[in-house]
Amino acid sequence: MYKHRYLPMTEQDQAEMLAAVNASSIEELFADIPAAVRYDGILPMSGQLDEPALLRHMRELSDKNADFDRYTSFLGAGLYDHHIPVVINHMLSRSEFYTAYTPYQPEISQGELQAIFEFQSYICELTGMKVANASMYDGATALAEAAALASGATKRKQIIVSRAVHPEAREILLTSARGLNLEVVEIGYQNGVTDVDALQAAITENTAAVLLQSPNFFGCIENIRAIEPLVHASKALLVVSANPITLGLLESPGALGADIVVGDAQPLGIPASLGGPTCGFFAVSEPLMRRIPGRIVGQTVDKDGKRGFVLTLQAREQHIRREKATSNICSNQALLALCASIYMSVLGKAGMQEVGLLNARKAHYTASVAANGPLSLAFSAPFFNEFVLKLPDSADLAAVSAKLLQAGYIGGYNLGDAYPELKNHMLIAVTERRTKEEINAFIRELEACV
Amino acid sequence: MKPEKALIFELSKPGRIAYSLPECDVPALAAEELLPAELLRKQPAELPEVFEVDVIRHYTELSRRNFGVDNGFYPLGSCTMKYNPKINEDTARFPGFAKIHPYQPEESIQGALELLYTLQNDLAALTGMDQVTLQPAAGAHGEWTGLMLIRAYHESRGEARTKVIVPDSSHGTNPASATVAGFDTVTIKSDARGMVDLDALRAAVSEDTAALMLTNPSTLGLFEEQIVEIAAIVHAAGGLLYYDGANSNAIMGIACPGDMGFDVVHLNLHKTMSTPHGGGGPGAGPVGVKSLLVPFLPKPVVSKREDGTFYWDTDRPESIGRVKAFYGNFGILVRAYTYIRTYGPEGLRRVSELAVLNANYMMHRLAPYYEVAYPGLCKHEFVLSGKRLKAYGVRTLDVAKRLLDFGYHPPTIYFPLNVEECMMIEPTETESKETLDGFIDTMIQIAQEAEQTPELVLNAPYTTVVNRLDETTAARKPVLNCTCG
Repeated sequence: MYKHRYLPMTEQDQAEMLAAVNASSIEELFADIPAAVRYDGILPMSGQLDEPALLRHMRELSDKNADFDRYTSFLGAGLYDHHIPVVINHMLSRSEFYTAYTPYQPEISQGELQAIFEFQSYICELTGMKVANASMYDGATALAEAAALASGATKRKQIIVSRAVHPEAREILLTSARGLNLEVVEIGYQNGVTDVDALQAAITENTAAVLLQSPNFFGCIENIRAIEPLVHASKALLVVSANPITLGLLESPGALGADIVVGDAQPLGIPASLGGPTCGFFAVSEPLMRRIPGRIVGQTVDKDGKRGFVLTLQAREQHIRREKATSNICSNQALLALCASIYMSVLGKAGMQEVGLLNARKAHYTASVAANGPLSLAFSAPFFNEFVLKLPDSADLAAVSAKLLQAGYIGGYNLGDAYPELKNHMLIAVTERRTKEEINAFIRELEACV
Repeated sequence: MKPEKALIFELSKPGRIAYSLPECDVPALAAEELLPAELLRKQPAELPEVFEVDVIRHYTELSRRNFGVDNGFYPLGSCTMKYNPKINEDTARFPGFAKIHPYQPEESIQGALELLYTLQNDLAALTGMDQVTLQPAAGAHGEWTGLMLIRAYHESRGEARTKVIVPDSSHGTNPASATVAGFDTVTIKSDARGMVDLDALRAAVSEDTAALMLTNPSTLGLFEEQIVEIAAIVHAAGGLLYYDGANSNAIMGIACPGDMGFDVVHLNLHKTMSTPHGGGGPGAGPVGVKSLLVPFLPKPVVSKREDGTFYWDTDRPESIGRVKAFYGNFGILVRAYTYIRTYGPEGLRRVSELAVLNANYMMHRLAPYYEVAYPGLCKHEFVLSGKRLKAYGVRTLDVAKRLLDFGYHPPTIYFPLNVEECMMIEPTETESKETLDGFIDTMIQIAQEAEQTPELVLNAPYTTVVNRLDETTAARKPVLNCTCG
């Protein structure tokens, strides 16, 4: 009989259980599957490995990748190499958290429910919004969900999105807009920020929402104060995608008049992991509370008046509303929302300010060093921890990245991939993890490469 | 009972810290010297001020107020709460997987791309499909992706098919995903045996039919015995067949959706492939397709060159576009691949055989006490009705709450919608006969309690950190955070 460390069935068990169900073999239990669709062979899949061999195989695959421990990364573009406090992995490894399902039985899920309630509280405090949900797949899909919400709330079909929003988020928006029959209009940028005049000209009485990212994909901080009145004058909604690690330092989008604030919590202690899983967040102003997609945890009391937490406002959701639901999403990224919460608990009030300031200082230092040689800053708009360097026209960015890799660096993002007009432009991210020596050496190497 | 647990915000004391950030080795400019003052936050975010031991004790205590598969039996139907192997957690944390960026040069992430490519092929083989995308982040995300592929296929043929058919036993995400993909939903009734009613299906299909979405085995735990006829009816009308793979744990290596006539399938790696549910996510919902839909797959697809190197294939002009930032939930995909390699194809077949044996055993033993909704063979799960206990004033919800006192996670309750007072039980293959017997004996005891001392059941649970919570007030007067409003 096949034995495996995850399978407790013994020959005696199997005999007893088959007898209990009046079957003489396991095969009989599959008699309802028509012969025409039975699979008889052995599936052509990767084979079984014992535990030591599997560890060795996985280690070999892992070692073929250039990781942030062995290479110094200046790559961001929506996914960052921040310091992850040691305690996070210890707490996330508590299997009471990670082996649980969605908290449908609140009496034995108070830990998860309270953790999400605290996550919602953290997000509201950072974003300056009144209501946050339990999290979304990622920041990019959260932005597409925001467009859907705005269309439903305003009964309008046009979405305006800045070209300075992450290119992948715009691609996802376009995919989902096709499903929802929304029209997407893209607005250009000037000096690294959304072109306000073009935006004003594009807004119509059919505009459901204006979608911005700040700091935007180029790292530049958008002038939300100037844009907010234009959006609200036409009764459209202002949607801002924000990087949460900036919000200890930068004014909250809520204070600037945003109706919906989304973003990705990856900078808050979540490993880059080739881009996923991360954790989207979604926060709205009070009037939009009952339109928010995804799960939400609310506080209540039990029969004895003791405080407790439950999933709430479920009348919005697919398992009740089916085809009339506000969204088809029936999960969140609970474990990573927990991760972000632990990060914010560790950093706290002072740490979130300090980490923001450190990022800004190191990035600005890097920019000042870089701008002295053959490289120049592409834009003069204010930035946080990421900025665009213009390389000489003769530079081949793919070759530059390859050379940097050989020298031990993961270089910046080649903007020409997504913006044809920004060929020879590299997006550089500098987190608190980079030291002055690393920065100086990297810029020297980059200058040598071009 | 335990006292109330303080919120982390309530532990705050000004002046405490729990962080250790790198020193500032560059000019320590003030915020106002770096950025225009009007961009800076006027009021600091009021986050808690605690020290490291507070953090550890707080989250440790929260974990103790939570129940996972590692705490005990978790027979939550349609969720496949099998054991989450520890080696998966270790491999996903290897630095070469956890600390890499998708925009790195391809030559610097060959190991990751090789893993993705191999997993694509393994899942294609498992489902009998021609190509797989690993981008979708969850089952519902996979459904929506699959429906967008179907939409693109019909549009490429100049057909505007607007309707998606779902059985009344389907997951709620099926109709919701259809709506988000721009389709109207047509719901058809199940027949007396819980199967798709062929006459109802024949009446429902038309030149408007884009697809039929089907879970097989269904949410009732039943294999659609007439699947070949079902496929023929839908295909004859020009529609495609969508396979909701939520219940794949019943059929691995035994029957492939591709051989049943399905054109699109999604898998829930957080169910079938043992990746942890994480308290509600993250998961992964890869989508496999037959060749007719391959051109429309989300981009990029991971491909292999003749020289043996791997690359992101973005040159896909007919693609529906992107559905997820970067390339899906890679960390989950590493876990799923690790899991597949602990079994291989013959082991996975054994997994399904034992999942089905466990379910049939439980169904037979519980049948005298709770009505089996659809007697006969079940696959990996089965549905009981608690309606007999209504005579004593006891509902299925009460049975579920009483189970908590015995250290069990209750089954899925009140789903599927077409069975009164239902309980959907899925034991999985990683539970021993002793565990199953213990749960069965408890269910029998609760049925007796319901008859003899119903108030004992009605007031349960007694042993949890809170008792039944007031959900009505929570929804009517929402308190959704502690920092505002």
